[in-house]
Amino acid sequence: MSDDILISARDLSVGFRIGSGFFSKAVLKAVDHVDLDIAKGSFFGLVGESGSGKTTLGRALLKAVPITGGTARYNDGEVDLDLTTLSGPALKDYRKRAQLIFQDPYAALSPRMTVRDIIAEPLEVMGLTKSREETDARVREIAAKCRLNLEHLRRFPHAFSGGQRQRISIARALVSGPQFIVADESVAALDVSIQADVLNLLKQIQRDMGLTFLFISHDLSVVAHTCDHVAVMYLGRLVESAPTRTLFAAPRHPYTRALFSAIPSLDPDDRGRAQKLIGEIPSPTNQPPGCKFHTRCPHAIDRCKAEEPVLEHPGDGHEVACHRWRELLDEMVA
Amino acid sequence: MTALIEVENLTLKFRTDEGLITAVEDVSFSIAKGEVMGLVGESGSGKSVTAKALMHLNAKNAVYSPESRITLHTDSGPVDVLSLTTARDLKVVRGGAISMIFQEPMASFAPAITIGKQMVEQLQLHSDMSKARAREISIEMLDRVGISDPARRVDQYAFELSGGMRQRAMIAMALSTKPKLLIADEPTTALDVTIQAQVLDLMKDLVAEFHMGIVFITHDLGVIAQTADKVSVMYLGRLIEEGPVREVIRNPKHPYTQGLLAALPKLDDLEAPLTPVAGDIPSPLERPTGCVFHTRCPKFLGDICKTALPRDEKVDPNHRVACHIHSAEVMA
Repeated sequence: MSDDILISARDLSVGFRIGSGFFSKAVLKAVDHVDLDIAKGSFFGLVGESGSGKTTLGRALLKAVPITGGTARYNDGEVDLDLTTLSGPALKDYRKRAQLIFQDPYAALSPRMTVRDIIAEPLEVMGLTKSREETDARVREIAAKCRLNLEHLRRFPHAFSGGQRQRISIARALVSGPQFIVADESVAALDVSIQADVLNLLKQIQRDMGLTFLFISHDLSVVAHTCDHVAVMYLGRLVESAPTRTLFAAPRHPYTRALFSAIPSLDPDDRGRAQKLIGEIPSPTNQPPGCKFHTRCPHAIDRCKAEEPVLEHPGDGHEVACHRWRELLDEMVA
Repeated sequence: MTALIEVENLTLKFRTDEGLITAVEDVSFSIAKGEVMGLVGESGSGKSVTAKALMHLNAKNAVYSPESRITLHTDSGPVDVLSLTTARDLKVVRGGAISMIFQEPMASFAPAITIGKQMVEQLQLHSDMSKARAREISIEMLDRVGISDPARRVDQYAFELSGGMRQRAMIAMALSTKPKLLIADEPTTALDVTIQAQVLDLMKDLVAEFHMGIVFITHDLGVIAQTADKVSVMYLGRLIEEGPVREVIRNPKHPYTQGLLAALPKLDDLEAPLTPVAGDIPSPLERPTGCVFHTRCPKFLGDICKTALPRDEKVDPNHRVACHIHSAEVMA
């Protein structure tokens, strides 16, 4: 593993056993053989529809759900941790290095705690500070970074708007001094103007503190504006991964192209219907054979129904899992 | 185009423990048959409250000002919506001539009653058709909105359908009584983009087919650009700009509308910085004097914005804006 990779997953799978019987062997594969490298200091985007496994992948990397197959490593230069076997003191150590920012700032904050206590709680639980003075100093420092003032710290969450609450959630995630942050749909519940404000704040924090972000979102235009690298998931599989600019300029997977064309255009004269996907994402308990996308793919051939494509690494940093991406690319150019 | 519904000087306050809170102030607009009006604004701007007023559906502590008037034009003559009081009279605006679809269809269907039973119930409430006929129509409608195997789905419960299917079923139910006006409150916000695109296409087809008016409430200007004929922008209960969709999106006149557009991430220009509208929406208890937007306005002119309410100015016959900057330009 090279030095500039913070998180590296190989063949990573997460399965949940379903069904009630003691002998039930049914397994829901939420994340299915995923290879992923997240560079240190990057803003890494993960997109896909509901049910694509993006949230589960994020949680697996935080060690919040059990990893059932493959490996995942975390290496920030200070420590090198094998996430698959992590437990005991090493897991506790990882908790302060990797943090999560939730989607709904209304549900994520306890209504009975002051903002100061909400932000201080991780420090106290992890025993990172030795005195109340030290805790307060640390809380104030982080709060200032998230544009919260002393007056705000004394109040309760109900007194704040959605944008301010999300800043409180961010402060709480940052207070333990993490290197790796998973932001799961962290701006999805916000109005556009507040969304812009929170995105700018996240970018600024990432640059100032040199953090690495895994930014999970279903909103491609938000991802395009904030992330350096984007990976696209479908039914637990990684189907495409590339630097943002490359991906948006020339998507290779038919699913990625369909996602792009589904974004409502701001141009009222561009009410096109080209390339709309039909149907819905299949249930993860009843996955199609072959390429998981073939049931909705306009370019599917017999091979797609029988044989599952692997993620190809053509050498230009733009990875794709599709049997036909080369010929489809030629068709588009022609 | 003849007006389907006219809203004049709508002012609505809520009586609360902390006093009267203004939710909508002096809002006027009209919607024609077959016209789609997009209603845009941040949380707290009063867009949902305005839409609910069309069905006289706001909570009991709502107080309408005496000047407020909502007139619905039906086949049997105009109806003064705000004067309706009994459940019997209100039927015409609640599910009869006006139907509503909501953001979260799971919360809108009763969980323990099959979808078909709820559709039949609504049809029978609004007409004297037999149960068998109502069921037939329900199945037809489910088929029309693209639900496969409708004869089986009609006997399923809401939880058995996926999010996109549920929203389709909701639309089928709302349209089964053939309303003249459909109120859609963030109908695609909870859906994935691919499913959103399908639902938007379906709604466009249905507008063409049923020729109804639609009030489309959303915070997503992309969705507005794709569906609406005209746009109304609300801020703190006031309608601050209204015009044809092309005009408002390409040539926004109000600094708030301009701010909303600048805050939007655009796919054709990844380098463009995202510019948030400065500050937070004020608490309804601390309603600004003068222009309601002056506390956050980047083009704040001084005293006039703080003290005087801007009048509606016509930019062109169909495009109006309430902003002192524009009034000043007109006068200069």
